[in-house]
Amino acid sequence: MPTTPSSHNPSETTQTPEEQQPRDVPLHKRKAAKVDRLAELMGDRADDTHGSGIWREAFHRMRHSPMAITGAVIVLAFVIIALCSPLIAPYSPTSQAWGNEVFPNRNEFVGPRAENLLGLDHLGRDMFSRIIIGARQTLMVGVVATFVGFLFGALLGGLAGACSVLGGRWGRQVDNVVMRLIDMMLALPALLLAVTVAALIGPSLTTVMLAVGIAQIPIFARLLRGAMLSQGTREYVLAAEALGVRKRKIALTHILPNSMGPVIVQSTLTLATAIIDAAALSYLGLGNPDASFPEWGTMLAEAQRFLSSAPSLAVYPALGIIITALGFTLLGESLREALDPKLRK
Amino acid sequence: MLRFIVRRLLQLIPTLFGLSILLFVWLQRLPGGPEYALLPDDATTEQREALRRSLGLDEPLTVQYMSFLRRLGGGDLGTSLNTGRPVLDEFFLKFPATFELAVTAMIIAVTVGLPLGYLAARKRGSVLDFTAVGGSLLGICTPVFFLAFILKVVFAEQLGLFPSAFRLSPGISRTDITGFVVLDGMMTREWDVVWDALTHLALPGLALASIPLAVITRMTRAGVLEVMGEDYVRTANAKGLHRTTVRTRHVLRNALLPVVTAVGLLTGSLFAGAVLTESVFAFPGIGSFIYEATQERDYPVLTGFILLIATMYVFINLLVDISYSLLDPRVRAQ
Amino acid sequence: MSSSAPLLAVNELSVVFHGREAGDVRAVDGVSFSLEEGRVTGLVGESGCGKSVTSLALMGLLPEHGVTVGGSALMRLPNGQEDLLQTSRRRMRDLRGSQLAMIFQDPLSSLNPVVPIGRQVTEILERHRGMRGEAARKEAADLLYRVGIPDPTRRLREYPHQLSGGMRQRALIAMAVACRPRLMIADEPTTALDVTIQAQILELLKDLVTEEGTALLMITHDLGVVAGLCDDINVLYAGRAVETAPRTPLFAEPTHPYTVGLLGSIPRLDAPRGEPLTPVRGSINDNIAWEDGCAFAPRCDHYTMECLQGPPPLVDRNGDPTHIHRCVNPIRHADVVDRTVLDSTAVVGDDEEAG
Repeated sequence: MPTTPSSHNPSETTQTPEEQQPRDVPLHKRKAAKVDRLAELMGDRADDTHGSGIWREAFHRMRHSPMAITGAVIVLAFVIIALCSPLIAPYSPTSQAWGNEVFPNRNEFVGPRAENLLGLDHLGRDMFSRIIIGARQTLMVGVVATFVGFLFGALLGGLAGACSVLGGRWGRQVDNVVMRLIDMMLALPALLLAVTVAALIGPSLTTVMLAVGIAQIPIFARLLRGAMLSQGTREYVLAAEALGVRKRKIALTHILPNSMGPVIVQSTLTLATAIIDAAALSYLGLGNPDASFPEWGTMLAEAQRFLSSAPSLAVYPALGIIITALGFTLLGESLREALDPKLRK
Repeated sequence: MLRFIVRRLLQLIPTLFGLSILLFVWLQRLPGGPEYALLPDDATTEQREALRRSLGLDEPLTVQYMSFLRRLGGGDLGTSLNTGRPVLDEFFLKFPATFELAVTAMIIAVTVGLPLGYLAARKRGSVLDFTAVGGSLLGICTPVFFLAFILKVVFAEQLGLFPSAFRLSPGISRTDITGFVVLDGMMTREWDVVWDALTHLALPGLALASIPLAVITRMTRAGVLEVMGEDYVRTANAKGLHRTTVRTRHVLRNALLPVVTAVGLLTGSLFAGAVLTESVFAFPGIGSFIYEATQERDYPVLTGFILLIATMYVFINLLVDISYSLLDPRVRAQ
Repeated sequence: MSSSAPLLAVNELSVVFHGREAGDVRAVDGVSFSLEEGRVTGLVGESGCGKSVTSLALMGLLPEHGVTVGGSALMRLPNGQEDLLQTSRRRMRDLRGSQLAMIFQDPLSSLNPVVPIGRQVTEILERHRGMRGEAARKEAADLLYRVGIPDPTRRLREYPHQLSGGMRQRALIAMAVACRPRLMIADEPTTALDVTIQAQILELLKDLVTEEGTALLMITHDLGVVAGLCDDINVLYAGRAVETAPRTPLFAEPTHPYTVGLLGSIPRLDAPRGEPLTPVRGSINDNIAWEDGCAFAPRCDHYTMECLQGPPPLVDRNGDPTHIHRCVNPIRHADVVDRTVLDSTAVVGDDEEAG
């Protein structure tokens, strides 16, 4: 820690030769003068940000990263659009008001024009309104799927991690069993798992959210457990144990909060994966069967049929998915970098 | 080394055993089980009960599971409701096509991703680096089926450079030895067949390669950047070694260790990713078949294929661990 | 070949790092010293004083971009004198390993973990001495034997993680001496080792210098190492030399308050019981710019107003050109340190990380 110059004012400078000093200035004044001068010279050396938490520090680093800013702007814009979509959308997304102007079988589509900013879809519905309202569904799919994966993954991983670190022999047994289970789930490719779940429960938006979320459980579980194991060997845990803090309390108030970093990063990244995987399930026909209610994945899947004659029908929802996923990915990656102890400092 | 492999093989047993239980419970006992899949929606409750009895679904779960295991041991994974053929036969029939596709995708991903990631790291902050990082992020964020469609529309339908569907052009005659078209063509020197197969593999291979390509590029870049800052690279430079020696023996040798793991695991995941790509290009492999099975709720096919793919994945994992321990002496010591 | 010129004459070496956000950092700021064959020169100071940067600059191992190196480092080479700081990167590659070699601090991280020790020794023989195959392997075994590694042929096949810390450092030293360089730089070679091993490694380095007539630049924060090994000593503070002297006068009559402070920080077994150590206050971050005055002033017990008025110059001590210091108020009595420090080879080093 840098000490302020005045705090170590040397009081015993008597043996310092001071022949050059004019004798008429009193000793204490000379001392004060040199201390002031030193303080002045050191003044511009600001204290560095010692003692600020890692989250604060990460935030500071992210503010200077173009990657993080881009990601944050995209995500923020997406969330605002999704939340305010009924206010922004000019028309009802399901109204086929212009149905008599579009003839998919004759390859007649309507492109962007003054009243329909992005043109019409194959049933004569306003594309702009559908994209805007679709953002809301897409956000919901992403958030719910991530939440499912996060919740169950963190429960399993947290249990395994806490048991392994603090539970002694029995704890390691529990950890072993849980980890075998997670290994099995990992052996099932995520998309196949999702496809199977969706195929069995029957196609619906809930199915998609559940399927995508379940596929993420093992990833979250492994991450949290790994982080907790590495935290568990730290000195502060030993110190807490030595002080007689109850094990449950150590796990919950010491180890867990310090292990959340990678899990939070993963959540951000999973939001992106969930949106993409949901689109894939929709494409496979396992998404919302009620096509009138817009969701980007379903819209994209539907528009594939007209890709060669009306590519824009597919491109708009695809761009929506890509940009949104990119936003979450950029945010997650820069958060990971900002939290990386190797890159810090 | 041998003990290491044997130990790892023994560790697989509980995993695979558990996997079978998981799948059994998962697939046979969930709502929408076989009695719904086999009968029309308007079937009566009595009809459903009769079917359940005839399938043995009314017996206790443990009994059902034991008979499931017994059949599994005999290589019987059930019969496809759709085609009427044994699931195992269907798998081996479709496997070569998907294998060829996955290998194509992996070759593309590795031959492009490794040099690209390496150059991006060497020229950190350059336009190339920016393009590589941006491109791989974009690759991860683009839905594979959309990319496949774009490739199909642009290169097959608009430009006509590549065929848009199937494994081979209709009407081409070939000798079938192994089921692997490219391999057979090379063995029988039917070069036109090889070429035809390769053109059919190009677009789906490219689409399927997008995610592994992005991952490999990023991992190589990150690995090289990390290793370039290591003390032993400084030592190698202090010894005055040629730049190429430093870069190959000291930087790449270490930077590629994690990439090896990734390549193995990605190869496993390609078999799942093939569901999307194959259905876009009507490529007659495992993926297309699973896609059809989901549409028809062909549950024996789903159970069987997933079990087989998971088993394959587990074994690929084992291979990755073994090759890793060959490459990294530190792992071998443990 | 003029035998009057020193083997390496470093003159006003400066290294500036251009940071993107933090601005320019002057890590080394006009350091001059010279190295002679068969002599050990010490570069002493705390982490961050610029001693490691100095060595990397001499080796040409600083990053290509974002660094400006000034001054000169004239080295006597078989075909005439060359300025190491002006030499092309390609030529430096030829010189490194053959004419000048370096030993690093952490032997584990300094060895490639996935390449056998033998390969790491033979590659330098291949590069600079053109040796191949069996000849190179035999020479490598000889080298390992010379630096005190028993059963060298078996060790050649082993990987760094299979060796002990002392063995690894010996292996690194074997690589450094493989081509009989005329100049060796050792950057804290013993810091990462156990105390007992430290003494062995220092002994080995000393033997190599006497036998081969190599010049050794010893970089350390540990004055115990310096006392047992170095002939000439440069004490660095905040990028500048603050005191330069041969070993005996430096330990007997240190004049710069920082040197005195460093000597006071050494724990001594023969010190009277209960006598406290007198460490230097604060850290190297508590400094002021050399342009404004003495950078050490904030930590100094003796600073006066003069110390804070412009950069203090390097001056002779009592007209003795071998003992120079950068201090306005040098300590003028010689009773601060007793002579026994001189005779101890290794003193317990602290666990400070090198900068």
